[in-house]
Amino acid sequence: MSNALFTYTLRLADDLLILSQRLGEWCGHGPVLEEDIALTNRALDHLGEARNLLTYAGQVEGKGRSEDDLAYLRMERQYTNAKLVEQPNGDYAHTMVRSFLFDAYHLPLMQALTKSHDAQLSAIAGKSVKEATYHLRASSEWIIRFGDGTEESHQRAQAALDNLWTYTGELFETDAVLEEMTKAGIAPDIAAIKETWSKTVDQVLAEATLKRPADDFMMTGGRKGLHSEYMGFILAEMQHVTRAYPGVEW
Amino acid sequence: MNAPEPITKHRILELLDYVKDPEVPAINVLELGVVRSVEVEESGKAIVTITPTYTGCPAMDVMAADIKKELLEAGVPEVEVKMSLAPAWTTDWITDEGKRKLKEYGIAPPEKSADIRALNGEQPVVACPQCGSKNTVMLSLFGSTACKALWKCQDCLEPFDQFKCL
Repeated sequence: MSNALFTYTLRLADDLLILSQRLGEWCGHGPVLEEDIALTNRALDHLGEARNLLTYAGQVEGKGRSEDDLAYLRMERQYTNAKLVEQPNGDYAHTMVRSFLFDAYHLPLMQALTKSHDAQLSAIAGKSVKEATYHLRASSEWIIRFGDGTEESHQRAQAALDNLWTYTGELFETDAVLEEMTKAGIAPDIAAIKETWSKTVDQVLAEATLKRPADDFMMTGGRKGLHSEYMGFILAEMQHVTRAYPGVEW
Repeated sequence: MNAPEPITKHRILELLDYVKDPEVPAINVLELGVVRSVEVEESGKAIVTITPTYTGCPAMDVMAADIKKELLEAGVPEVEVKMSLAPAWTTDWITDEGKRKLKEYGIAPPEKSADIRALNGEQPVVACPQCGSKNTVMLSLFGSTACKALWKCQDCLEPFDQFKCL
């Protein structure tokens, strides 16, 4: 049980940690100042959630690993984030579509997790829900603005959607860990989350005049630690300081 | 020098009055509503429980350190600052005095979250903290810190921060 809880908590944390790292890459490179600030704010919110979850995962594991140990001192195969969040930023439409697809999943997941039988996960989710509401609102507005904007913005948003769609299946995958957590009343029913996600996506895409891609081949492997070629580069940058100066504090 | 004051809960609360929000130094931690409880043990050790505004707010660590420093310097022998996540902080916990000071400082205070429309996409009416005009427009949902959005007044043309309803 505590094994599954550790794995489940770590998955939740890793999605947020890696997405935060990706969004942080925009710092100083945003298309306009307001968006630069907005993206780093978003990255900070995700990082805060990841910190809470990593700290808790460390406690559940009971081997004395801290949030920093878990964030910085694991190898690539030990990260269990979905491949969606490690995909490169690309252009602004690509970054926003990636966040939108994630936000539309993250908000209902956090809402449902507030009812988790695990008190700490429920507390963390209660905190996240409010921020996640803002995230989904902001990314939805961008999808609509891009899709229903100029010919070029429409085309770029559609291209991002077509490119990223294959990574959405993984968010709703089930396995023995999730089943155990769901049975214990700790994780919510993922099928219900998918239904909410799907509705949100359809609604926003309709308003944005964008086309929902067909559910074709779906990427998988992230939850088992099998990542895309981008992951190693993310970790190299993220872990560099900690690896170069072991035990450093700042 | 006066004799040191006895360490009581009341005294701790008086001291916390001096601990400012590092990102919005116009208001203190009590007015911000992040102090959830204060306990004083027989030894004089003070335990202050605070709750984060935003999960990733970097000001929380600074606030915890500032609280410790303020109390230790005032002669409290031992201080522990605990962090609690639930119940989650809401802008409703900012005191009326805090809201007044925010406005004076040039930050539009948050509306009541009972008015949850704000979260669901409906634009709240936010008065410009400079000139009071309600002819304002939101520039970005995310402002200079995690807790603020960026607005502009269409009358006096000044940009301003708004403390987001949470």
